[in-house]
Formats: sequence, structure tokens, C-alpha cells
Amino acid sequence: MHVNNEKYSTVEEKNSDISRPFFLLKHNASIWRLIPFLVAALVFAPVVVVFSSFFMPADEVWQHLVETTLPSLLINTFWLSFGVIAGTSLLGVSLAWFTAVYEFPGSRFFSWALLLPLAIPAYVTAFVVLGLFDYTGPVQTSLRSWLGSELTWFPDLYGRGGVIIVMTLAFYPYVYLMARNAFLTQGKRLLEAAQSLGLSRQQGFFKVALPMARPWIVGGIMLTLMETLADFGTVAIFNYDTFTTAIYKAWFGMFSLPAASQLASLLIVIVFVLIIIEQQFRLRMRFAEMKRSSRASGILLSGWKAKAISCFAASVLFFAFVLPIIQLGIWAANSLLQSFDQRYLEFLLHSVLLSAMATVITCFIAILLVYAVRLYSDFFTLIAVRIATIGYALPGAVLAVGIFIPLAWLDNQLSEWLSMLFQIETGLLIQGTLGVMLIAYMTRFLAVGHYPIDSAMQRITRNIDEAAMGFGLSGWAVLRSIHLPMLKTGIFTAATLVFVDVMKEMPITLMTRPFGWDTLAVRIFALTSEGEWEQAALPSVTLVLAGLVPIILLMRQTDK
Amino acid sequence: MKLHQIKHAYGKQVTISHLSFDLKKGEIGCLLGPSGCGKTTVLRCIAGFEPLTAGEISLNGVVVSCASFSLPPEQRRVGMVFQDYALFPHLTAAENVSFGLHRSSAIERMQRVTDMLQIVGLAEVANKYPHELSGGQQQRVALARALAPHPDLLLLDEPFSNLDITLRERLSLEIRDILKNQHITAILVTHDQDEAFSVADVIGVMHQGEIMQWDAAYNLYHRPANRFVANFIGQGVFLPGRMLSAGKIEMELGILTEDIYHPCELDNEICHTGCEVDVLIRPDDIVYNNESTSTLQAMVIHKAFRGAEILYTLRLSSGRTVLSLISSHHNHAIGEKIGIKLEADHVVVFRREKYTDIQE
Amino acid sequence: MRKLLSIKRFFTITCCFLPLLVVNIAQAEQVIVYSARIEQLIKPMFDAFTSETGIQVKFTTDKEGALLARLKAEGKKTPADVLITADVGNLWEAARAGVLKSVSSPILEANIPTYLRDPQGQWFGLSVRARTIVYNTQKVKPSDLSSYEDLADPKWKGRLCLRTSKKVYNQSLVAMMIAEHGEAETEKIVRGWVANLATDPLPDDTRALEFVAAGRCDVTLVNTYYYGRLIESNPTLPLAVFWPNQNNSGVHVNISGAGITQFSKNERSAIKLLEFLSSEEAQNLFADVNMEYPVNPQVKPSPVVSAWGAFKQNPMNIVKAGELQTTAVKLMDRAGYR
Repeated sequence: MHVNNEKYSTVEEKNSDISRPFFLLKHNASIWRLIPFLVAALVFAPVVVVFSSFFMPADEVWQHLVETTLPSLLINTFWLSFGVIAGTSLLGVSLAWFTAVYEFPGSRFFSWALLLPLAIPAYVTAFVVLGLFDYTGPVQTSLRSWLGSELTWFPDLYGRGGVIIVMTLAFYPYVYLMARNAFLTQGKRLLEAAQSLGLSRQQGFFKVALPMARPWIVGGIMLTLMETLADFGTVAIFNYDTFTTAIYKAWFGMFSLPAASQLASLLIVIVFVLIIIEQQFRLRMRFAEMKRSSRASGILLSGWKAKAISCFAASVLFFAFVLPIIQLGIWAANSLLQSFDQRYLEFLLHSVLLSAMATVITCFIAILLVYAVRLYSDFFTLIAVRIATIGYALPGAVLAVGIFIPLAWLDNQLSEWLSMLFQIETGLLIQGTLGVMLIAYMTRFLAVGHYPIDSAMQRITRNIDEAAMGFGLSGWAVLRSIHLPMLKTGIFTAATLVFVDVMKEMPITLMTRPFGWDTLAVRIFALTSEGEWEQAALPSVTLVLAGLVPIILLMRQTDK
Repeated sequence: MKLHQIKHAYGKQVTISHLSFDLKKGEIGCLLGPSGCGKTTVLRCIAGFEPLTAGEISLNGVVVSCASFSLPPEQRRVGMVFQDYALFPHLTAAENVSFGLHRSSAIERMQRVTDMLQIVGLAEVANKYPHELSGGQQQRVALARALAPHPDLLLLDEPFSNLDITLRERLSLEIRDILKNQHITAILVTHDQDEAFSVADVIGVMHQGEIMQWDAAYNLYHRPANRFVANFIGQGVFLPGRMLSAGKIEMELGILTEDIYHPCELDNEICHTGCEVDVLIRPDDIVYNNESTSTLQAMVIHKAFRGAEILYTLRLSSGRTVLSLISSHHNHAIGEKIGIKLEADHVVVFRREKYTDIQE
Repeated sequence: MRKLLSIKRFFTITCCFLPLLVVNIAQAEQVIVYSARIEQLIKPMFDAFTSETGIQVKFTTDKEGALLARLKAEGKKTPADVLITADVGNLWEAARAGVLKSVSSPILEANIPTYLRDPQGQWFGLSVRARTIVYNTQKVKPSDLSSYEDLADPKWKGRLCLRTSKKVYNQSLVAMMIAEHGEAETEKIVRGWVANLATDPLPDDTRALEFVAAGRCDVTLVNTYYYGRLIESNPTLPLAVFWPNQNNSGVHVNISGAGITQFSKNERSAIKLLEFLSSEEAQNLFADVNMEYPVNPQVKPSPVVSAWGAFKQNPMNIVKAGELQTTAVKLMDRAGYR
């Protein structure tokens, strides 16, 4: 058969040359060109502060670490990350697949309920799990009195396995949410195509659905990885030594913030390299759907398969959410009378208000970034965006200091300058304002906002942009009228994640909050820092409940 | 390949009922019908994506679907080309084509992919991703992909609907050639009769989940089994007539004798002298008559230029309209009165139903 | 969504935020406190201070490390007048970093024993936290116990529970032991502890106490107020306090203390606050609210705390705990004490 190729060449060119079609908006192109770099600079300032520690002498601490604990720390950190990534991928992807494609008893319920663990901070899960299952917990105690002997077979929870399980239970929703989005928007058409080519549904999952969902799943995994690396609360409860505990030890134990920063820089570099490798790997692929097929009803399952899946989902939900919430509920009921006062309303209000404002800012910036990258996906822009999202991989307290130092410097300069120019003596003007706090949150959680929106944007075929440009719409107008409606699910996902994360956040909140702006997380910190976990149950439950609201809203949105 | 009395329903809503047809090896069949008539559902039933509520589907003499059993799609050896192509966006053209060859050895697979891409004329874009291909190229990749595993039956779901008209015409002929050369049994689903006529050997006109007529294109046009087919296939209008005697029908345009009309439904019922009938007049049945003595005059109310011919819509003195395809040498203005005459070899006659609005 | 995120809306939202950027305006007669001691353990005393002197107290709480980093970054413009911590190590570090100011106040010097305050007057202990031995009364006779050092004896093999070495209380304890015995000797003792552990180090004192009560191990080292709290909620637990080293160095004590910041704008009021906190009137409140011991020798501990018995405190100046903390951390790392 002869094909007239000249005829198609023009079409092809238009489709593949993605950097060119924006000749129409030369006049405001520069804005979009600059956005990623501006945001990256903003986020990069604290990271630079952390990095600048490399030039400070902290040799003796380093030498000590290398001689004693560093090798085991690295091994510990590696296995923890590996285990949590494996665990969250397994739970997140399988549950997402089951709820997105099949109908089984309770599938509607599980589809949103499986997100609920997102609202529970990982350290709370850790504390509850240990409280229930360690040597002194009710489970082992009653087993001992029942069997009348020591339980030598009972696994020691204070070890690698225990931390990995708890973190998996706490972090799998990130992967679940992203993967589910991917599976829902993939539609069934491609799976049918695979079936018609002789692949069973199972093979189709591995060869089609999974590879196509990769940007989402990887996004979820990256969030999990960063969260795992930055985590201090959970590993501290398990007394499991990681890179982050070493950072804190160098800082609080050996009073060496430079050494702590150097360790943190190393952490950033590792994460950054991982991100870049992943990005290069999928650079040429496009994951755009030709056409978004409507969500048909799921494949009805029955018999033992359906029961097995229901049981699986139910047990994950039980350990990751029901158990912690019941334990918290019991404690909260015990302490309700002594510790409840009207200030709780204030804490709640502050938490919700801060989270909402931070969510709006973070998502807005994330959208700008994602769109700027769509317009200019050259190497430097991509790097800038990656830098902008690196804050999530830093241990919270280190980032908090990193944010605070340049701010305080700026504040001092401003104050000097004012007194010089106008002869007025001012205190520190910027710090202790909500604006600073919100920028700090944005710095930390931009990654959380970025990944869902970025993967949603990759879904949108570029032809649409060109079509819109053809109508003479400018960048802003295209973003608003074409992309935003199509990014809706991604934005809702991002907003929910950011909202819940900001609510749970402690170090930045503690360090940058204005006087009197105590939140639920601050309250939890105050109570748990003296080991009064039961007292902390009330603010924890309140935090979880407040976090549930956006999650439920999100599920309603995505399941429409 | 045989379908016997199949029935399919989404819940209570019956989408297909009493549908039967069969195809011989190497034949190309087509399901033609307006959108929503259930033709895609038939295809999905054959592919195995939808279960049957009654009847059975057999391939090569083996039952693959019946009310109680459905062979999984992947075991049917039925290839499918989807309306939106459903190419895997994360795989290159070559990888897409080799996707269904997972049971062959690597060498066989490579050979087959090369062959298939050669056949569809896309050897040079083998390593491009779907988003880097034009619509026509994507369509061909989809075809190559479906053909690569040597399916016993190929299903094509509106394969040309996303393409522009010139491309559509050329591709449809190319695809027919490919299918014929490879001796592939295929079923095409479309709402476009030109496409159906140019590709298929045998066509089934579908309406509301049933096949109205399963026949060759010629017969559909000239011997429609019922009013729906007559209306749906080709152009034409119904004009009222009256049986003068057993062999003669009188109508506004003149008198039809038995050897120029095809009685269709009249066969089954006794039609007495004086009974009312509807006669299907195609545009080529009416010709221009420029003799001034012409008794039949009609007014031009609409005209559509078709190159060699002009399709005129004409109003008769009774107020009814007819279509006429007249050589474009005869260019008449709208509003002009022209002479016409009936010159039909074969017209189709249906018994008049009391409630039928013949103007439609 | 399009409506929600329209540019117009964005600006509206931004405008809503603007009032939040309002400058912090300084008020007259107030003291600003950065506290690592949590709110419910300081607020009652501040309220008492305000009602007595009319001076307002504004405070913010955070971890010691963060507060210190903050003070350093803010430099001479810092709004803070007072830094409160829950241990001595961080006060020492704050003094070393130069964010605290030497003050001399006859009242403070009279109220606080010399070994519980900085020789240079940069910080002052306000309450005493005793780190002592708690044992399972069903498995251990008090006569078997003698000192911290004795817990390294092989007779305790598999019977000891310890909290993680990451907690500053253990770091201070080991630092004080280094001050007393020297590094080599202390390392031997710590290695002995590690060899005697019944289980990996535990995340907090309460957990350690629960392990002892459940019989997983027989003895542990904790701050007394954790014991007090646990016993208060569950009086039947088979736990009792033992005061070690009564014949030699005495029980290791830490402090919760405070210092005036180098660039305090309200130094007089700040000193007044510290003086008030060390006074008899406030001491009981300060210590009792967390079952700690008063620093002021004139003040008796609360009845609950007194019931655990009187004991001899280690009289060595606890500044050593700060000076030797880094050494102690390294030593514990070497000894394999996690």
C-alpha cells in the first residue's frame, strides 16, 4: 500500500513541535518564562541557608558520625524508605485498582473511606499501634494472662518491621489517591483494547493500566518517600535511627546546627537526584488520553474474590484508621472534662483558617508552575520546578530554621533601613505575621500541591492548547478557560492533601506563628512533648475530624 | 461466524433483540444504522465485552457467547479497532503493534511487526509515540495492531469517523484491500452508508436493536425490505399512489406498470384495486424534460450543486416535493418552473398505512 | 472551580490577607517569653505574676533548638526578653551562643542554690527534675539497689530498661557522670548498662515505667514526675522510687530554668519575672504543677512528691551537664546506647 506522506508531514510537525506554538503570545510570554524561577528562588532561599552550612566547620561531629553511626543510619534509612515505598505502592495501587475498576461489597464506601487515614498524623498511628500491641499493651497482656506464659513468638514491634508497617498504613493514601485518579480517568477503553489483543484483565493491568498510571503513582511514591525521609515523630516513637534522627541528634544533642544542616543537605541531594532520574526517564512519553471516556459502572465481582477484596480493604481501613480513632476516642472521652475549654474552638478556627489560606496559596502557585512548565519545558525550567518542590523532603524543623534565618535577616535589614531613613525605631516587622507563616507553609508543601496537578496536566492533550491559541486566547485565558476545568480533579486532590498536611504540620507552625495563634497541632505538640499522650487525644481527634471534611468533599468531587 | 437470535440488555433497557446474521470466512460485513441503534453494542457482544441475555454467538462453529456463558474476550481471537483507536499512549507505534503478540518469540514478533507496519505503510514511524502521529497514521497503527495476532475475526467500530472526508474515502478503500488480501473476516460498524457500500460485502441495516435487512448494497438500495431501510438508504421521497388494477398504480407523476415496480410488502398482503400505496421515488427516477409540451411541471425550491449533477428539490402541483438529479448543464434558478418526467426502471411500493405520514 | 480560582477572586483573597500583615506594635510594660517549657506548665505562674505586678507576659512555645535558632537569627532586634527551657543543656548552649545576658540579682542569688544556676549569672534553675531509679516492687528488693553505676553490674543482665539516649535527660545524666568519673570510666558504665538491657531503648520515660510494671524488666531510670503521673492514674502498679548514690555523689538533677536575652528591651521587668518565679510564692506553683522539686530550699515540695522521700541531690554545678553534653552524646554513640 502506498501512503502519501507529504500530506501528513505538516500535521506531524504541528503535533510534535511543542515549544513553538506559543508564538501568539509573545507579549506576555516572559511572565510565564519567569514564574518557575521566581518561585524556585523563593523556595530555594531556605534550602540555600541549609546548604550554606557546608562552609561552616563541623568536622568533629562529622568525624564522630562517620566513625560510629553513619553506616548503620544509611542502611536503616535505605531499608525504611524501601520498605515504605514497597508497602505504600502495594497497598495504594492495589486498593486504587480494586475500587476504581471493580464492584464488590462496600466498594463505594471503601473508595472514599480508604482515604481517611490521611487525616491521622503518622506519629499518632505509631503511638496507638505501639500502645496496643507492644509488651505492655492490652493485646500482649491479655494473651500472656490467657496463655500463662511469655510470648516469645510475638514480633518485636520496636524494629524495622514495625516502623515500616506503621508508615505504610499512614502514607499509603498518597499513592492510593493518585493511582485511583489515574485509573478512573484512564477509562476502560484501553483495557478492552488489551483484552481484544489477547491479554487477560490481569495482564492488562500490568501491561496497560499500570504503566499508564506511572506519573501518578510515581508522584504518590515521591511524596511518600519525601515524607518518610523527613519524618521525625514516628521514628522517634519507635526509637528507630534514621538520617533524620541523626540530624536532630547533631542539632539538639551536640548543639551543632551546621552539622545538622550538612546532613540535611545530603538528604536533599539524594532526593533531588532521584527526582531528576525519574524525570529524565519519562521525558519523551506522553500520557495524554485522546478522549476522556465516561466512567462506566465497575466490573461486578462475586464469590470469594469479592469477599477477599472486601476483607483486604476492610483490614487496611481498620488498622490505619478505625483502630487509632477508637483509641483516640477513648482517651479523648477520658480527658474531655479536664482539658476542654472554649479555647478549643479558637485552636480549631486557627487550624482551619491557616490550612485553608495556605492551601489556596500553595495550589495557586502549583498551578502557575505546572502551566509555566507546559509552556516552556526546557531543562532549566524543569530543574527550577524541581527545586521549588524540594522543601517537602527536608525535616520540618530544619526547613523551619532555613525559612526563619533569611526572613529574620530581611527583617533586620528592613528595620535598620527604616530607622536610618525615617528615624523611627521599629521592632521586627515581617516576622510573626501570618503572611510569613503562609509563605513558609507554601515552601514546605508545594510538592504536595504540585504532583497531583502536574500529573493531571500531563493528561491534557496539547492539541487543546493549540486549538485555544487558534482562537486568539492568551496564556491566562487559556489556563482559565481550558485547563482549570480539566484540572479540576487534580486541583481538588492537591488542595485536600495540602490542607490536611498543613493541619498536621508542627515545626513551621511553632516557629513562625504570631503570638496567640495556637493551633490544634501546637496543642498536640504541647501535650505530647511532656509525654501526655492521653491528654493529646482530644486535640488529635479534633484535628482528624477537621481533616476529614476536605477528604469527604474530595471524594464526592472525584466520584461524580 | 454466526449470530443467532441474540439479545442484550442494560438492566431493564433492552438494547438488542432477536438479532441474527452470519458471515462466511473472508467476508466483510457491516452494521449500518443511525447512532443509538445498538450497532456498537453488537460489536461489543461479539468481542466479549458485553454478556448476552439470550441467543448465542459462535465463531468457527464454536459457541463463544450465550446467556449462561461468555468466553473471556482475550480468548476469542477477535481483533478490534476502536472508534478512538485506543492506542496505548505509553508505547511507540511498533510497541503498540507488537502488544498482542506476547505469545510469539521475539524474532517472530519483530518480523510480524515489521510486516504489519509495511502493510499499512507506516514502517518509517515505527518508533514514534501515538501523540506524534497524525490521525490517519494512528488509525493505521490501530488496524495493524488488531491484525497482527492473526485474529479469526476483525471488528471495526466506526473506524473512520474521526478522519476528514477525503482521508476517509481513501483509507476505507485501502483497508478493504488489506482485509481482502489477508482473507480476514471482518465486521464494520458505521452510520455512514458510503463507507458501508465501499467496504462491505454484505450490510445489515439496524434500527432500535434489530436488523431490518441483511443484504448486499444493491438490494438495500433497490429492494429495501421495509420503509425504514428505504428511507435510511439513499435519498428519495414517498409519493402516494392508488392501485388501478392488479398490475397498475396510478400516481401524480404517471402510471406505473408491474414490470417497473417492486411490490415489497405488497407481496404479503392482498392489495385490491383501489387500495392506497406509497411509492418510493429516488432522485434518479425523475429526469428533466425540456419539451415544451411536457405536462408535468414542477417548481425549483432548492438546489444543491454536485459537480456533474445538481440535486433539485422540486414542488409538484399537488404541493408535494420530489428530488431530482439533473445534469448540471441544466442550471435552473430557484422559483423557476421546469418540465420533468418519470423515468424509472425500478421503484419500490409499500402499502399505505393509515397512520403513516408520507411526507415524513 | 473556574470561578473559585479566577484571577479576580485571587486578588480578593489576597486583599483579605493584607490586614494579617499588620505590624506587631510593642506595648508598654510587658515581658515576652520564648519557652520550651510547655504552656500548661508556665501559664499559671505568668498569670499570678501579672495579677501581682500588672506586667503583661506574652509567650510562645517551641522546641529548645528552634527557639535558640530563632533568637540567633533575630539578633539584636529580637522581641524576646526571657528564654525558658526544660533542661540545663540548652541553657548552657544559649549562653555559649551569646544570646543570654549576665544579670546579678541578690534575690535570685538568695533563692537559688549556686549549683543550680550559671556561675556567670546568665541562667537560673527554677525547678528541679530528679532522674532516679524506679523498680518493680515484686521483683526487686530496695537493698539490691545502690547507684547509677551499679546498674552496669552483670547481676542486672536482662533486667534493665532505658529510655533512648536521644533524650536530653539521659545526655545530662551521662555528662554529669563524665564530670565525676572521667570519660573512660563512664564509657565502661554505659557499656555495662547497654549489656544489661532487657529490650531496645524505649522512646519515653512512661513507656519505660510501663515495661517495668509489666515485668518486661526490673529497673529503669526516669524523671520522678513521670512516675508521679503514672502512679496517679494507676495507683496499683508495682512500682517504687529508689534514690541512688545517697552515700556518695547524690541523685542526678536537671533543671527547668530561664535566662534573660542579650538584647532584651524590658530587662527590668524580665528580672522581676525571674525573681517572682524563684520566690516562695511561685515556687510551689512552678514545681507542683508538674510534680517537680522547687529550687528554692525554703520551699517544700508538694505532699505527693514529698511522700517519695527526701534525698540528697548531686551538688556539682549542673553547668557541667551542658559543657559535657556533646562529649556524652558521642560517648553513648560509641557505647552503642541508642
